[in-house]
Order: sequence, then structure tokens, then C-alpha cells
Amino acid sequence: MPGDGEAAVEVAGLVRRFGAVEAVRGIEFAVRPGEIFGFLGPNGAGKSTTINMLCTLLRPSAGAARVAGFDVVRERDEVRRNIGLVFQDPTLDGYLTGEQNLRFHAELYGVPRSALPERMRQVLEMVRLWDKRGDRVQTYSGGMKRRLEIARGLLHSPRVLFLDEPTVGLDPQTRASIWEYIRELRAAEQITIFMTTHYMDEAEYCDRIAIMDSGSIVALDTPEALKAGVGKDRVQIRTDDDQAAIAALAERFDLAATVAEGAVTFSVESGEAFVPRLFAELGMPIRSVSVSRPSLDDVFMSFTGTTIRDAEGSASDWMRMAMRGRR
Amino acid sequence: MKRADDAVERAGDAAERDGDATERAGEAAGRDDGAERAGSAAGGHDAVKGADAVTATERDGARAPQAGPVARVAVPERSLAHDLRAVKIVLHRELIRYWRDRMRMVSGLVQPVLWLLVMGTGLSNLMTAGRGASGGAHVDLKTFIFPGVCAMTVMFTAMFSAGSIVWDREFGFLREMLVAPVSRSSIVVGKCVGGAAVATLQGAVILALAGLAGIPYDPVLLLELLGLMFLGAFALTGFGVMMAARIKSMQSFFGLMQMAMMPMMFLSGALYPLAGLPVWLAVLTRFNPLTYAVDPLRQAVFSHLTLTPELRRTFDPGVTWGGWRVPVGLEIVLVVLMGLALMGVAIMEFRRSE
Repeated sequence: MPGDGEAAVEVAGLVRRFGAVEAVRGIEFAVRPGEIFGFLGPNGAGKSTTINMLCTLLRPSAGAARVAGFDVVRERDEVRRNIGLVFQDPTLDGYLTGEQNLRFHAELYGVPRSALPERMRQVLEMVRLWDKRGDRVQTYSGGMKRRLEIARGLLHSPRVLFLDEPTVGLDPQTRASIWEYIRELRAAEQITIFMTTHYMDEAEYCDRIAIMDSGSIVALDTPEALKAGVGKDRVQIRTDDDQAAIAALAERFDLAATVAEGAVTFSVESGEAFVPRLFAELGMPIRSVSVSRPSLDDVFMSFTGTTIRDAEGSASDWMRMAMRGRR
Repeated sequence: MKRADDAVERAGDAAERDGDATERAGEAAGRDDGAERAGSAAGGHDAVKGADAVTATERDGARAPQAGPVARVAVPERSLAHDLRAVKIVLHRELIRYWRDRMRMVSGLVQPVLWLLVMGTGLSNLMTAGRGASGGAHVDLKTFIFPGVCAMTVMFTAMFSAGSIVWDREFGFLREMLVAPVSRSSIVVGKCVGGAAVATLQGAVILALAGLAGIPYDPVLLLELLGLMFLGAFALTGFGVMMAARIKSMQSFFGLMQMAMMPMMFLSGALYPLAGLPVWLAVLTRFNPLTYAVDPLRQAVFSHLTLTPELRRTFDPGVTWGGWRVPVGLEIVLVVLMGLALMGVAIMEFRRSE
């Protein structure tokens, strides 16, 4: 089988332009087989454009990409046979039952008929929809639909599963259960999972994440390493006189503090070790203190200078609109 | 004069149908929404159960992850057999959806029944009055317009089926088809044949009314009509799919369809014989593709009636090109060629749009 052992996804100098706009600006990365690889960034950062190029839905303007060992332009059909797709927007036929949707997919992908019943049962049981297989998809909840799409994406045993915002628009509990499926899946199917998300907390589940901003990859590493890279912990203290506290922090510790969320907030390396010094040397009463480790939000902030929520919307809702129009 | 009045009335009717179609579309969308909302309301509940189930499997062991014997399937190389499977499933889906959508079946019947029974009966009165006492044997107007009504039914159903591509695009399902490792042609062929099959089924329902129009239920005739309807429907679905490849919104699709279909219908000889027309009208009708789909239907019907040659000449004059009567065989060939050509264009458009 071609591609065994080499990278599941390999991207070099990938560019995509829409008219004068460069949505993806020459990105490079490789995804190892069996990895859960997260693509993180605000809407409009170029995640979906990248995923569409990797799925052969969009031709790159420049550069090359190989998925499961095949070139996305020259060996399009091979790529398509070896990938599973779960899109951001649902692509199910509500008039058909869950089983009929899967059968449609199986026929389109040419899954051998003899193997189909067993495989169908397996993927449906994995997402716990076996009992619902005879119901029309119209009657499914949002979470069930997404699970059915995941089952469908797996039906033809792809080597790479692309999940474009698999949990967007779902309630927290459903999101959590989708993640359970994804992790279980990786163990059961020896599959590489490539996903995009703009939920920072979900990125923690990934083996490695790439942070994308305005068409470029600004960081790529394990979540832990990225967080460690930010270094500083966030300390928040409550005092009776915030202004005096800020002045004292600047004077005695040379720290720039601001008031955020109603507390005096500043960043410092190894925050827990700093707390005793703070009490000893600040010279004014402290009512409470909290220290938090850097989150991926802080990571995102440190690389892009903005929080993912602030970056959203402004950046380019129009880009998403443009994408919708295009497909 | 009479004819003009008629036309106006028909146009009004058409506009109404247009409204209807949009409304129906809107309703369908609304229904979907509702289901979704109801779904997400139930969703929380479901998710809790889902999460429970997950933890349960996790608890009962390390067994699940690596041990679970995965039935891996191998997806074959692209081949003709594979493409044929794709054609079949796309077609099959059209049939399932048609079967599921009883409303569409029923609402598709209203218009032809109105034409046949109400207009047919009403105008027959006029005709017999105009004829005076002179005529003994005559052709009932219902009998005359029956083939036209069949053609109309098939035409509207075929267009509606083709429109489902726009629908699929809006609901994302088109994407599921376009990312599959099959050729675009197999998807377009499946859509065209599927649309034609659905339209023929709807036509078959109209055929059941043949008795009301004084047409015998001769199995040979019925088979002939079904076959002819299928070919006509195929050409029209091809036309619809070609349009749907470019048009992204349901509203503009049906607007355009209406714009194309009404003139096609009026100029097709579905509702009046194509002999003795003023030159401008005669020329227009000869350029109308639908003309060649309607005429074989009428000839098939009239060949199974017992009529004087004179009456047959009046009501079933056929299509002439400068005095030469176009044989049915050529008409059928024209329709099939047109269907294939339109489908070819549709395939090209879908290939290009990737």
C-alpha cells in the first residue's frame, strides 16, 4: 500500500487565492499517521480553505499537498478513496433513513456488498445509532446527525478522517460525547484524524495543534509545549485599593498589572512560587489571590495578539460566505 | 380571440403554480427547521445518554480499543462497474424520495386533472356549440388534450426532479456526492434517469385517468405512452439539470423554469393542433423541442381510436416541415438526441465547477 509509514498529510508551500485575497499563504506542515491533529484558528483564518484543498474540493493556487501518500491534484481519486469527510455544515439527506444515507455512501464509494452489512453495523454501533438506523434523518437531533456523519465518513475505512468543526453548534454535553467517539475511534480504527475547531478547550484533546491566523500557521506543537512556551502564569489579586496595588506592583516587582474581571491581573513566571513573596513584600492587605496556568487561549493570544473570540467575526465572515458560495 | 383569452388564463394559472411551488418549498424548509429544533430540544437528553454509554464502554475495559475486530473494507479502483453502481444509487434515491413525498404526488395531479376535466369539459361545450348541428361524430376535447396533459405533467415533474439538485446544494447533500471517488457523469446520468423515472411514474398516474378522456385502456397503447413519456422526461430532466448546474438558488431556478416552460408548453401543440396556424406561430412551434415530444404521444393515442380519416387529419395533423410530415421515428430520435446533448452539457458544467 503506498503511503504506509510516511506522513498521513504532508503540505508544502500551499497557497490559495480568491481573486486578490490570499486565504492561505504558503503553509507547511506534516501530520504523522495515527495522530489527532488540530487546526485551530478563528473563522476566516483559512482553516476550511486548507481542509478543502486537502480533500480535493479546491485546487491549490500554488504548492503541493499529499494525503495518505497521494497528491491531491494529480491523484485525486486515490485521495478521495482514502479519506473520510465530516463537514462543518450537514450533508445528510433528511428524507432518507440513517441506514439509507449510509447505503448511498457505500454505493458511491463502491464498498463491496459482501462486507457492507458488517461494516455498517460496526460504524453505527460505534456512534450508538444502530437502534435508530431505520428512522428518517429529519427526526434526528443535531448531535445524532453529526454522529451519523462521522459513521458515514468512516464507512469506507478511510486512512485519514477530516473533521471540519465537528462540534460546532452542538451543546456542551453532545460535544463531549463526540470527543469520546473521536478518541475511541482512533484507538479502534488506526486512523489519522485531521480536524479544525475554534473551541480552545477542544484543542486540548489533540496530539498536536497548528494555530492558523490570517492564512498562515503561526504555531505548531503539542498543546502542552505550546502552553509551556507562553511561560507565564496569570495571577489575579483582590485588594481594597486596586490603584494602590497596581502602583505597588510596578514599584516593588516591576510588574505591569491591569484591572481585568474586577481583579488586579498580571502575568508572572512560576506564579505559585511568587505568591509568598507577594504577600511578604506588597505592603498592603490582599483579600484573595488566584493563579492560573496558561490556557490555549493565552497561547493563541500570545501568537496572534488577540483572543480567538475577538479575532472572530471581524477577521472575515465574508470569507466564509465566499466559501459557501463557491461550493 | 378566444385563444388569446385562454392563454391569459393559462398564464395566470402558471403564475399561481409558481407561487405554489415556492410556498411548498418554503414549507418544506420550515418543516426541516422545525424538526431540527425539536431535535435539538431532545438533543440534550440524548447526549446525556450518549455520554453515559461511552463511559460504560470505557469502564468495561481495555477490550474495546485495540481488540474490537474492525471490519475494514477496501474501496476498489474506479471502474465502469463502480460508476454504474453510483448511477443506480443516485437513481434509487430519487425514487425513494418520490415515494416518500406523497404530497408531491398528489399536488402534481391537481393541475392535470383540472386541465383535463374542468377545462376539457368546459371547452368541449364551446366546441360542440361552434360546430352546430352539422357534425355527427366528433372528437372530445378531453381526448384531444389528453396527450398534451400527459406531456405537461411529465414536464413539470421532470423539472421539479432536476430542481432537487439546487435543493441538494442548499442542504449540502450535493457535496456528499461531489466528493465521492466517482465520475461526475455517473451522478448526472443518475439524476437524469432518476428524474425521468419519477416523471414517468407521475405520468402513469395520469394514464390511469385515460378512461375519463374516452381513451381505451389498451396495454400496448399504455406501454407506448409510458415509453414516450420516459424519453420526453429524460430530455426535460437533462435541460433542468443543465440549468441547475449553474443556478444556486431555488427561487431563481423555479423562476427561470417557469419562464422557459410556459412558452414551451404553449408552443408545443399540447393544447391545439399544429395545422393551419399563421406562419409565425407555425415556425415557432417547429423550433420548440417539446413539440416533438408531444406529437408522438398524440399520434399514439389517435392510432388507437376509431375515427374517420377526416377527423384524424384535423385533430392529429402531425408536425410538418414545409409540407413534409416528420415521421414519428425521427421525432423520437430528435428528442433522445436533445436529451443526450443537454445531459452532456450538464456533465461538462459539473466537471468544470469542481
